[in-house]
Amino acid sequence: MTEHRNSRETQRPQPGEEGRQWLDPPGFYGWLTTVDHKRIGRRYIVTAFLFFACAGLMALTMRLQLARPNGHLVGPDFYNQLFSTHGSIMMFLFAVPVMQAMGVYLVPLQVGARNIAFSRLNAFSYWMFAFGGIMILTVFALNTGPEAGWFSYVPLAGPQYSAGKRQDFWAQMITFTEAASLIVAIELIVTAFKLRAPGMTLNRVPLFVWAQVVTSFMVLFAMPSVMLASSFLMSDRLVSTQFFNPAEGGDALLWQHLFWFFGHPEVYIIFVPALGIISAIIGTFARRPPFGYLALVLSLVVTAFLAFGLWVHHMFATGLPPLGMSFFTAASILIAIPTGVQIFCWIATLATGGRLEIRTPLLFVIGFFFIFIIGGLTGVMLASASLDSQLHDNYFVVAHLHYVLIGGAVFPLFGGVYYWFPKMTGRMLSELAGKWNFWLFFIGFNMTFFPMHILGLDGMTRRIYTYDAASGWGNLNLLATVGAIIIGLSVVVFFANVLVSMRSGARAAPDPWGGKTLEWATQSPPEPCNFPRIPVVESRYPLAEPELAYVTGLPTQFRAMLVTRLHDAAPDHVTADPYPTIWPLLSALATTVFFIGTVFTPWGLVWGPVPVAIALTCWFWPKAKEVEIQRRVEIKPQAARPAPVLRAGATP
Amino acid sequence: MSSRFLELAVVALIALTLLGCERESRRFSDSPATPRGVQTIRQSELQPGSSIPTSGPPSPYDDNAYAVSQGKQLFEWFNCKGCHADGGGSIGPALMDEKWIYGSAPANIYATIVEGRPNGMPSFRDKIPPQQVWQLVAYVRSLSGQLRKDVEPSRADHLFTRKSESSSPKSAPVSSSAPRDTQ
Amino acid sequence: MMGRLSNARFRWLAVGCALLAPPGCSSNHAAMNPAGPRARSIAELMLGFVSVSTVVYLIVSAVLVWAIARRRRAGTSDDWLQRGSSEQSNVRSRQVISWATALTVLILLTLALCDYFVMHGLSSRPTDSLRILVTGHQYWWEVEYDDPDPSRRVRTANELHIPVGKPVELVLTSQDVIHSMWMPNLSGKKDLIPGHQNTEVLLADRPGTFSGQCAEFCGLQHAKMRLMVYAEPPKQFAAWKQAQLQDARNPSNDIQRHGLEVFESSTCILCHTIQGTQAAATVAPDLTHLASRTTIAAGALPNTQSNLASWILAPHRFKPGVQMPATQLQPDDLAALAAYLASLK
Repeated sequence: MTEHRNSRETQRPQPGEEGRQWLDPPGFYGWLTTVDHKRIGRRYIVTAFLFFACAGLMALTMRLQLARPNGHLVGPDFYNQLFSTHGSIMMFLFAVPVMQAMGVYLVPLQVGARNIAFSRLNAFSYWMFAFGGIMILTVFALNTGPEAGWFSYVPLAGPQYSAGKRQDFWAQMITFTEAASLIVAIELIVTAFKLRAPGMTLNRVPLFVWAQVVTSFMVLFAMPSVMLASSFLMSDRLVSTQFFNPAEGGDALLWQHLFWFFGHPEVYIIFVPALGIISAIIGTFARRPPFGYLALVLSLVVTAFLAFGLWVHHMFATGLPPLGMSFFTAASILIAIPTGVQIFCWIATLATGGRLEIRTPLLFVIGFFFIFIIGGLTGVMLASASLDSQLHDNYFVVAHLHYVLIGGAVFPLFGGVYYWFPKMTGRMLSELAGKWNFWLFFIGFNMTFFPMHILGLDGMTRRIYTYDAASGWGNLNLLATVGAIIIGLSVVVFFANVLVSMRSGARAAPDPWGGKTLEWATQSPPEPCNFPRIPVVESRYPLAEPELAYVTGLPTQFRAMLVTRLHDAAPDHVTADPYPTIWPLLSALATTVFFIGTVFTPWGLVWGPVPVAIALTCWFWPKAKEVEIQRRVEIKPQAARPAPVLRAGATP
Repeated sequence: MSSRFLELAVVALIALTLLGCERESRRFSDSPATPRGVQTIRQSELQPGSSIPTSGPPSPYDDNAYAVSQGKQLFEWFNCKGCHADGGGSIGPALMDEKWIYGSAPANIYATIVEGRPNGMPSFRDKIPPQQVWQLVAYVRSLSGQLRKDVEPSRADHLFTRKSESSSPKSAPVSSSAPRDTQ
Repeated sequence: MMGRLSNARFRWLAVGCALLAPPGCSSNHAAMNPAGPRARSIAELMLGFVSVSTVVYLIVSAVLVWAIARRRRAGTSDDWLQRGSSEQSNVRSRQVISWATALTVLILLTLALCDYFVMHGLSSRPTDSLRILVTGHQYWWEVEYDDPDPSRRVRTANELHIPVGKPVELVLTSQDVIHSMWMPNLSGKKDLIPGHQNTEVLLADRPGTFSGQCAEFCGLQHAKMRLMVYAEPPKQFAAWKQAQLQDARNPSNDIQRHGLEVFESSTCILCHTIQGTQAAATVAPDLTHLASRTTIAAGALPNTQSNLASWILAPHRFKPGVQMPATQLQPDDLAALAAYLASLK
């Protein structure tokens, strides 16, 4: 599907001044100091997938251990570390970061901005995420991996029952990843609100961007809860506070409330961006705008609000009053409605669109439907407090969560990777390998996780390192393990596809799929400033317009970015995007030393911030040359009318 | 300059590795060496002339956080608290201070537990297996801060009676082999 | 309260079960093999939810396949906006989606109401129940049958005997970390939380042996923390309880006498109780009537003399991380000890 659109294709790198402004320093130093959202977004995605592979290997080890009764592959201590680290990496170091990374890469492109807001902070967030991940993998290799599950319930994770530093490292990994997530959330919101191309009113914002904005708001409200909980845990373990000690007025359930108040929105933080990916892919492949734009956006917003009212359904077994349980049952069942609306809208889009060409991105989206809907329906079962009393904490839940997370998030993610890989790298992924990838994944996934529904109903509880032969669970477990191996093969195919295609894949045109949002108006891959000329948008699907107007008159002596107004995207003023700088990396290193120091001693809290403060001061110290240049071209605000920057320009 | 830094970093990493590995290892069925035979474990620290230090097997669990936390659990289960309270002592002497009547070396503490002592310390020989005795030895040493801070246990999930072992300062052992009524 | 199901309802449930999950329908640890009215109400609700879900899934899948596979003309890219603003298809889609959404809401509301009624039934507290206090430990269950007269309280471990037809109220707490008690055939699960007291009601309406497991991750041996439940006719239950109230049987031969000596002179006495002997520690399971149990080590091993000996010698071979230490004994001492313990019916 190669549609050439001549009037769109030619945003070739201008050798002029503005093009030079956006270049990074050459070589490794440039790699370390870049603030280009595309380079950072790509490395975010690559790093997240590396973590995905590590956690996947852990899962494979667990499945091999459970393949037969009384397995002897690993002992209980290592198995506990395996499932705890697998869950923690998948949730904190893969699922959320990779979705945010897709946003980091695509949101500025889709709204017509030249870079993400707060671009140095973006670099800092990547380093924090990377160092946190390296820390947890390193300690896992040193027999100090988390051992109390990804949810780390106290008192098991508390000072008395979890000896050593394992849970302290877990809690500190939370701090790393939550800081990174919060930072990206702030950037995405500000980018989507203030850096949109002129004319992109809220009614014309792409659905993918809406999904990212909604997700970012959820991050803002949910992450502080887990940060608080993990700080309480570290504090209990390090300096003998009593937050979770029932004998001194604390409560083990306090942890559960704080954690799940974050934990439930967390899964929607993972899921909602995938909904944006699906809208993007379906719109393009169905060759029509997704049906029901307003309904789709409102569904995202309603989902986000409802997601905060469900957390107690993780605690149905803790002995709550029935009235409370009924409320959360009702809320948990209710959230199926906006998701249902979205699914209906997408099916309507597919049904009323043009001829469908089933390429790999669409294949993964179709796989989403078949898998996620099962997960959603088992979710409704788990929402019922009565049923949950039988289904909680056994393999039924394991099946459900993988159906919704893999079906609902990972499948669309893979689809999104196949869809945007040409844009990100300038090469097409192999279609044949893509189909192998999909089918192996689809078949392997169902083989692994469908039997788990039955195992759960038959009494197999979660987080057990072995079971005996008399239980009768052996055959289904063996089937699940075979499926897991097939999933592993599919991931190998994926990585091979990526590695080979990056070197020798077919070169990609700017718009190989016929997408209609602004990112397809740039080169593949886009040049450093994304849009040498910032487009003016007059509809929801700019590339469907016969021709695009452009903004002219932006300064070229610095990295000029156009800031527009929130409600109507009218131009407001020009801001200067920062140049590449080493300080985000150094600040992240200082923060890493600070965080790891506090794992071992409370004095880390006192002395750790000192190098961080120094690094941050150097980071924010204004550079005389840049201030001077900006002052020279600053347009002083006038009393009555805004700065006349916008002029309709002819197409090149 | 950068190669020196790299070497230092590698050394630090290896040190961290070894320390970390031992702190976190969980050995369930261990058979550590026990004091036996002709070993110089003295009940009294007073010696004429120059002092010959105690020789005996070292504490196998001084660097093992899991074992120390097990020792803390056993301290409660075997009712050591009945006489020693939570380390502050009642009818038995305090264990968290710097005074050691029968010696503070691990082998001495082992002997105290296993042989019993005059004035009320029972003999737990054959009643507590050697591995658990060593876990108790490590825990008792942590009560006065003798172990590394990252190995010592933190607070327990019961009434908060004193600072946790990992927050307690290290008190250098002082022998007090004088008879009890002059203390 | 003696609940009796009509034959027809039971048969329907059984058929539904058999279609649904053949491997997991007849075991003594299956949620879809209920042995009491409480578990049965949950199983029926489950069947209802699953049936509705299956129908919904089939319908949505069929519509999706139709949407993808339906033949349509190949258009040019100019059709993009045209398709998007085509009045007729938009109106039709809106109608269909509105109806589908309304139907979804209706179905979900109905399901929620069904759950409400079941939960209402489950949360009623029976008045004439047998009270049992269950305390969770790492990695065993401490069981005490409550009674106003302290001398009639039975203490045992890892097993529950309950009379058929009489509600049993379990009072649940924990001594260390959070555990969860789950007997799928009899009821849903309830957590044992330190610092809290939860209650769960069991009601069996047929005799049988049921297996439960700890359902909240509690540490190294969470996998092997099983609880056996024996639902017995009331007379059998009374006899069992009476036998449990007795002190331990005296040793009846020299080997058993020597075994008791070994018990009282080695590590056992520091943790275990055998009523009527010197052993009175409460840190580990009560062994007074150990031989009356079918399993040892919280369901990890069948209760035989040789298993007892192996367990005492090297518990970490079977449950690495369990709190019980390895005890070094001479072979004949070990054999005598095992013989004595095997006599404690």
